Amino acid sequence: MGEEMSRKPYVREVPKHTWFFRHPRYMRYMAREITCIFIGAYTLLLVKGLGALAAGQAAYESFLQGLQGTGSVAFHVATLVLAIYHTVTWFNVTPKALPVQIGEEFVPNGVIAGAHYAGWAVISAAVLLAAGVF
Amino acid sequence: MAKSNKPIVWGLFAAGGTVSAFVIPALVVVTLLAALGHAPAGLSYQAVHGFASHWLGKLMVFGVMFFSLWGSAHRLRITFYDFGVRADGLVATVVYLVAAAGSVATAMYLMQL
Repeated sequence: MGEEMSRKPYVREVPKHTWFFRHPRYMRYMAREITCIFIGAYTLLLVKGLGALAAGQAAYESFLQGLQGTGSVAFHVATLVLAIYHTVTWFNVTPKALPVQIGEEFVPNGVIAGAHYAGWAVISAAVLLAAGVF
Repeated sequence: MAKSNKPIVWGLFAAGGTVSAFVIPALVVVTLLAALGHAPAGLSYQAVHGFASHWLGKLMVFGVMFFSLWGSAHRLRITFYDFGVRADGLVATVVYLVAAAGSVATAMYLMQL
């Protein structure tokens, strides 16, 4: 079909594996994508912990013990950094994904994002409080 | 119009991204303390068991796990594609199966509490 329409169709070459090195914007996009690897792996770790909890006190306490170690700390730190990056980038695009209109006017982006940041602060404080961190 | 499952998987992705954005950073801080050998009191067997035994606790745990798993699975599928892996059918099957298995396991563990 393409050949009928144009004898020399312009095909823009896109390198399959290295395209995102071409522009910082693409790199930031890929950084956002990579957050899911750590968040997904972390959630599976929580499922494992829940399994240990269901198996009884001894299993749960050995799961908590097993969390200790340099590799685990490194994984947690990487996950924390990427999870925060995910949260910030997610809330910053929320006004674009969910524009709120009141009457003729749209609610300003800053208000929608700000409400999400406030909710994040409240939920984080509740989780840390419930966990006895402070 | 052709039938598409896109609204369903995209809806789960949006919900998953939102749920994980709100709760994952704080949860990671809690388990990071445990990884450092300073597990806070709220991570004791009694405390966590008590929380997850209550129906409201079960609902919260399942909601966080379910949405976080499906959001991550969908994003991981797109990530594979963006890195040049074009076997989308296979990738989608594997990541959604892992998310489904994790969700079923979560529900089963919660029912045992």
